[in-house]
Amino acid sequence: MGILKIALYLILAPFIGGLLAGIDRKIGARFQGRQGPPLLQPFYDLFKLFEKQSLVVNGVQDFFVGGYFIFVLFTGCLFFIGGDLLLVCFALTLAEVFLMMAACSANSPYSAMGSQRELLQMMAYEPMLLLTAIGFYIATGSFMVEDIARSNVSPIVYLPGMFFGFLYILTIKFRKSPFDISTSHHAHQEMVKGITTELSGNILALVELAVWYEDVLLLGMIGLFIVNMKWWSFLIAAAVCLIAYILETFVDNLFPRVKWDSMLKSTWLVTLVAGGVNLLILTLVR
Amino acid sequence: MGEMVVIMEMIATLMVFPFLAALLIALVKPGKLRDGLIYCSSIVIVATVLLLCVSSLQSGGTQSYLLETQMIDRFFMVVELGLMGLVFYYGIRFKRWYVLLLSAAGTLPVVWLEIAGLSAEGGEHIVVDHLTLIMCLVVGIVGALICVYAVGYIKDYHKRHTQCKERSSFFLSMLFVFMGAMFGLIFSSNLTWIYFFWEITTLCSFLLIGYTQTEEAINNSFRALWMNLLGGIGFSLAILYSSIALHIANLQDLVAMAADNWAVIIPVTLLSFAALTKSAQMPFSRWLLGAMVAPTPTSALLHSATMVKAGVYLLIRLAPALHGNLVGVMVTCIGGFTFFAASLLAISQSDGKKVLAYSTISNLGLITACAGVGLQEAVWAATLLLVFHAVSKSLLFLSVGAVENSTGSRNIEDMHGLIVRLPKLAFVMIVGICGMFLAPFGMLISKWAALKAFVDSKSVWLVVFLVFGSASTLFYWGKWLGKLVAVIHRSEQLKDTVRKSEKVSLYTLTFLVIALGILFPVFSGVFVEPFLAQMFNATIVALISGSDINAMLLMLCMIVILPVTVNLLTFGKENKMVISYMAGVNRGDDRTFVDSFGQEKSMYLANWYMDEYFGEKKLLKPSLVLASAIMVILMILAIGGAI
Repeated sequence: MGILKIALYLILAPFIGGLLAGIDRKIGARFQGRQGPPLLQPFYDLFKLFEKQSLVVNGVQDFFVGGYFIFVLFTGCLFFIGGDLLLVCFALTLAEVFLMMAACSANSPYSAMGSQRELLQMMAYEPMLLLTAIGFYIATGSFMVEDIARSNVSPIVYLPGMFFGFLYILTIKFRKSPFDISTSHHAHQEMVKGITTELSGNILALVELAVWYEDVLLLGMIGLFIVNMKWWSFLIAAAVCLIAYILETFVDNLFPRVKWDSMLKSTWLVTLVAGGVNLLILTLVR
Repeated sequence: MGEMVVIMEMIATLMVFPFLAALLIALVKPGKLRDGLIYCSSIVIVATVLLLCVSSLQSGGTQSYLLETQMIDRFFMVVELGLMGLVFYYGIRFKRWYVLLLSAAGTLPVVWLEIAGLSAEGGEHIVVDHLTLIMCLVVGIVGALICVYAVGYIKDYHKRHTQCKERSSFFLSMLFVFMGAMFGLIFSSNLTWIYFFWEITTLCSFLLIGYTQTEEAINNSFRALWMNLLGGIGFSLAILYSSIALHIANLQDLVAMAADNWAVIIPVTLLSFAALTKSAQMPFSRWLLGAMVAPTPTSALLHSATMVKAGVYLLIRLAPALHGNLVGVMVTCIGGFTFFAASLLAISQSDGKKVLAYSTISNLGLITACAGVGLQEAVWAATLLLVFHAVSKSLLFLSVGAVENSTGSRNIEDMHGLIVRLPKLAFVMIVGICGMFLAPFGMLISKWAALKAFVDSKSVWLVVFLVFGSASTLFYWGKWLGKLVAVIHRSEQLKDTVRKSEKVSLYTLTFLVIALGILFPVFSGVFVEPFLAQMFNATIVALISGSDINAMLLMLCMIVILPVTVNLLTFGKENKMVISYMAGVNRGDDRTFVDSFGQEKSMYLANWYMDEYFGEKKLLKPSLVLASAIMVILMILAIGGAI
C-alpha cells in the first residue's frame, strides 16, 4: 500500500503541479487582458528545458540542486504515505537549504541576493509551518498524517486560525506576490531571477519539476485540514485545495510586491495572532 | 565487591589524575616532553572514562561511596580558603574590590558551617548513575580532544599574537584543572563537595579568559568572575539552608524530599539561580560572550564540555523538583526566553566566535527550559541536547580556531569561498553546522523531542518561543553555510597549516557528530533511558518512533549517495562552464565589474545582518532587563511562597 501511494505521488504530482501552473498563467493573462498561453504550456517549457544543455558557473551547483530535488520528493513521499508531520517540515527545510546553497555557491550578485532573501522567507514561514503541525497534533492526538486523515471531525473545526495562517505562508511558499521576494514568476524585476539566476537548462528543469512536487505537497497539507473519516471529505478537500490555489493566484495578481521587512513582520504577526491564539485556546479546551 | 572497589579507584583516578597532570604540565618547559605528557594524560583520561562506563554498566544501577570523609572535608575547606585568597589577590591587584566581597560572601558561610560542626551529616558523598556516566563521556572525551587540539593551536596562536606573553604551560595545565574540577563536580553528591568544585571551575574560567592579560581580557574575566561568584553565593546559601533547616547534605536527598516538603523549594530556587548564572542564561549571558577573547580552546572547553554544562547538569538533576512549581516556571521562562532572544541576536553577528557564543547561550536556554518542565520526556530531550551540543559545538569552535590560524580571520564574511581555499576545514565546519540545526543530525532530533515535550506539558509560551527561535536559528546557520560553499573563480587552495594534533581532534569530532546522529537510539537506550527510569520510576515511551528513525537514516543514506543520484538525474549530461551573470559588466570573471564611471571595481557579496532589527544595540538591553525582571519576580514569589 505504501509503495502504491509513493508511486501515485511520484507519477501524478508533476501532472497536477504542471496543470495548476498552466491555470495560474491563464488566470494571470486574463487579469492583464491577454489570451495567455495554452494550458499545457508549462509542460512544453519543461520538456524544452530538459533537452537543453546546462550552463553552470561551477561544479557544485548541480550537486546542490540534485539534493533539493531529491529531498523535495522524499518529503512529498513521506507526507503522502502518512509519515510524521514534523519530520515532513524538517525534511522540507533540508531541501530548501540545498537550494539556498546552490544559489550561494554561484558567487553571483543576483543569486546571492536571492539566497539571502530565500533564507529570510524561510525564517518568516517556518514558525507557522511548525505551529500548524503542532495544531494538528493537539487537535487529533497524533503527528502522523495517516492518523490525522482518519479523525472523526475535520481538523479545521479546531484549527481555523491555523488554517488562515497557513494560507498566509502559502503565498510565500508558492512564490506569489506580494511575497515573491527571492525569485518570481514574473519578469522585469530588480533581481533578474533571484535564487535561480545562475541555473539553466536541464538543471533549471529539475528545480521547476521539484517546485511542482512541492506545490502538490503543500496543497496536501491544505487538504489535511479538511479530510476526515468520510470518503466524501476527500472530494471537498480537493475542491478546497483548488480554491486555495486560485485564491493565491488572485492575490498574486492583485497585490504589489512588499519589502522584506514588511513580509517578515506581517508573517510573524499573523503567526503569533492567528496561530498562537488558536494554539492557546486549543490547549485550554483539550 | 571487588568490582565496586575497582570502580571507586577509577573514580578517584578521574578526580585526582587531571590535577596531577596539570601540575606536571605547568612545571615542564614547552617542548616535545610537555606535548607528549598532554597526549598521554588525555589518553589516560579517555581510557579511564571508557573503562568506568563499561564496568559501571556491567555492575548495573547506581553506586554510591564514601560515608565518612572528615579528612577530605577538612582538606577541601583549606583549599577553598586558598581559592578565596587567590580571588582576593587578583581583586586587590586589579583594584576590583567588589569581587572580594562576593567571594567572601560565598565562601565564608560554608567554611563556618564546617568549623561550627553544623553541616548536615549522612548520605553518600559520591554517587554514580547513568547521568554521571553521560557527563563523564562528554567531559572526558570532548575535553581530552580539546586539550589535544590545544597543543598544536597554542603554538600558532603565539606566532600570530607576538605581543602576548607566552604562558602556554600555564594555559594547558589550566585546561586539565578544569577537567578535573568537572569530574569532581559530576561525581559528587554532597552539596558542599559540588560547591567546592563549582568554585574551582569559576576560578579556572576566570584565569583562562584573562590569559592574554590585555585590558579587554581582564575586564571580561572579571565580569565572568563576579557573575559566577554571585551564583556561588546562591549555592552557598542553599547549602546553609538545607544543612541547618532541613538537615540534608546531598543533592539526591534534596530532590527526593521535594515531593513532600514545601521548604525544599528554597534551596532548589537558590541552586537554580546558581545554575542559571553558570549556564550563562539571560540576564547573565554577557560573561560567556566576553569569554571569546581567550584563545579558542578555552572557548571550546567553556562552551561544550565544561563550565556552562555544569549549570545545566545541575538543573537536570533538579528537574523532578522543578516540575509544577514556581521555580520550574522561573527556569522555563528564563530558558525559553533566552533561547529565543539569543538566536535573534546571533543573526546580527558576523564574528564567527560570537555567533557560536550566542548559539551556545540559545541552546543552553533550550536545555534549561526542558529541565524546568521537569517531565520525563523533557528531561530526555535535555540530556540528549546536552550531548549533541557538546560534540557539535566543540567541533565548530575548533574549526573556527583552525581557520583563524590559517587565514588570520574568524569573521564569517572572510570565510567566503572557504570550500575552495581550505576544503578539509570547510567540510568539517559544514558537518558541524549541519549537526546544529538540520535533519537528520543530532541537535534537530533533540529539538524535536523538546517540542513534543513542551506540547505535551501544555506550555504554550515555550512552544511559541521554540518555533520562532528555531526559525531564527535556521537563518544564521543557513547564511554561514552559504558563505562556506561559495565557489569563486580562480581562487587557489591555501597551504594547509593545520597541525597534526588539531587534525586528530577535528576529525574525531566530525566522526562523533555523524556517528551520534546514526547511533542516538542506542545511546539513548543504554544511558539516557535507564537514567530516566530511575529518576521518574517509570519506563519511558519512545519519543521518536522507529519509523521516524528509519526515515532519518534513509535521509542520511540519500545524502551519502547524492553525487551518484545527481549524475543519474542529469543523465550524465556534460555542463558548459560560464561566468556568472552580472548584467554584462563583469571583467572576465566574477571578481570585478565595470561601474558606471567605466572604472573597474571588485565585487563583494555580504550576508544579511539586519542590524537595525536584530542588533545588540537594539535587542540586548531590553532582553537583559526583561530577563532580570522575570528572574527577580519569580524568585521572590517562589521563596516567599515557601516561607
